[in-house]
Amino acid sequence: MSISELTGSRIRARRLDLGLKQADLAKACDISASYLNLIEHNRRRIGGGLLAALARALETDPGALSQGAGGALTTALEAASAAHANAGAEVSRAEDFADRFPGWAKVIEAQGQRIQQLDRLVEILNNRLTHDPLLGAAMHDVLSTATAIRSTSGILSDGDVDPEWQTRFHRNLYEDSQRLAEAAGSLVRYLDADEDQMTPAALTPLEELEAWLTDTDWQVPSLERALPPDLDSVLEGAGLATVGGRALARRWLKRYLEDAQSIPAAELDQMMQASGPDPAAVARHFGTDLATALRRIGLRGNGALVICDGSGTLTFRKPADGFDVPRFGATCPLWPLFEALQRPLTPIRMLVELPGAEARRYMAYAISMAGHPDGFDGPAVVEATMLLLPQEGADAETARAVGTSCRICPRADCAARREPSILGEGL
Amino acid sequence: MTGRVLLIEDEPNIIEAIRFILSRDGWRVDTHSDGSTAMDAVRERKPDIIILDVMLPNRSGFDILSDLRSDADLGQTPVLMLTARGQKKDRERAVEIGASRFMTKPFSNAEVLASVRELTGQ
Repeated sequence: MSISELTGSRIRARRLDLGLKQADLAKACDISASYLNLIEHNRRRIGGGLLAALARALETDPGALSQGAGGALTTALEAASAAHANAGAEVSRAEDFADRFPGWAKVIEAQGQRIQQLDRLVEILNNRLTHDPLLGAAMHDVLSTATAIRSTSGILSDGDVDPEWQTRFHRNLYEDSQRLAEAAGSLVRYLDADEDQMTPAALTPLEELEAWLTDTDWQVPSLERALPPDLDSVLEGAGLATVGGRALARRWLKRYLEDAQSIPAAELDQMMQASGPDPAAVARHFGTDLATALRRIGLRGNGALVICDGSGTLTFRKPADGFDVPRFGATCPLWPLFEALQRPLTPIRMLVELPGAEARRYMAYAISMAGHPDGFDGPAVVEATMLLLPQEGADAETARAVGTSCRICPRADCAARREPSILGEGL
Repeated sequence: MTGRVLLIEDEPNIIEAIRFILSRDGWRVDTHSDGSTAMDAVRERKPDIIILDVMLPNRSGFDILSDLRSDADLGQTPVLMLTARGQKKDRERAVEIGASRFMTKPFSNAEVLASVRELTGQ
């Protein structure tokens, strides 16, 4: 496996740097020296508690040992190679590559992201040509007029046309050329207006909203005040370019304001500092539903927050350290989020573990609620919310093995696997 | 020998140009511009060949073509289809329903003339 291949080498290097003997380090971590020797020579995979213990003894961070400086890059390389499975990239040596050529690895990462953006753009443009009625009508107009002009001018250039018809065709030609100029002009204006809306950095309204929220660290301080400004002025300040992005941001800000009024930030921060982030306690204390508590804790703290609608489509994605929500394609079906979706109003609390040598663990809290915006005869609009809080020192408990997305998940024997991974052996 | 052409198209200047070219070649050209009554026009005129635009007001050329192909008397009439969208999908659909030939706008006068002649075996 790629992720941990060099972990042992790093442990060894770090131990030698500190001038520790193998036996002493082994003793400090409650393992045998021979076992440590196997680990140091990359013959045993480790994770979780032992990695944490070794990191403590070596006075470093578990992440630094398991992934090195190139950890995030390695993941990016693996994701990039997923798109070119036939190229035969040495996926198992991705970490080695990222370590030795960090600059080139960054180029590959940047290219991978750029390709994803362009793929999206192509898809959007394809859909537009096929489905956009305005564009279809404009193209039809241009082509029809061009046809009339071509035929008419063809007849006139033959020469053998009596004067009465000649006059008539000249008039037609003049009319059609004017129509063509208008149609072409409006087509260009239409396409130009659209070009402004398609900044490559934010292609979908959701991505645009997320880009802005990432910049503000997911907080809107002005809405936390006792007398918040109106949403329009906040929206103005956000400087979102597209109509869709602004609509989404407005809805999101409205909810943020309501949430902030139900659960004031100062009181929430105090409570989280005193007794930790406990969604049930927060909901009880402030008299809100659980979903509101999950959203507030997710946005105020260092957790991840993921929200989906009744179709399972993600409508909000805030990543956390070590937990990246896929931007494209479907997510891991084993997330407690989807379990909550299947069991509305049932709170779900579950320890989950991500793949990788670090085996990061998170406590997941999820709930789905239904609203009836159109009243009794309208449809139930379902929404599931999941909060993930980084969990330390829960090694003894059994955690559910989840991933982020099948494509880059190394769990070969996963019962819920949807498509082969590019990382797993034997797939 | 030439024959009768029924041109079903809604763009006046295209109608005028095609009518002129074909008339000059000796064809008798009738025209019709409304999709919903196109089949009546075909029954009434009984043309030797039909030139049919895909995008017509009130009814699509595809629908008219499939009605025509299932008509016992007129089902064999050659049909030259015109479209402003040369998309593969449109082309495939036209062939599937039974268009004799498919022509993408903007076409040339010579192409129209040649197609009409070929499709009527002249």
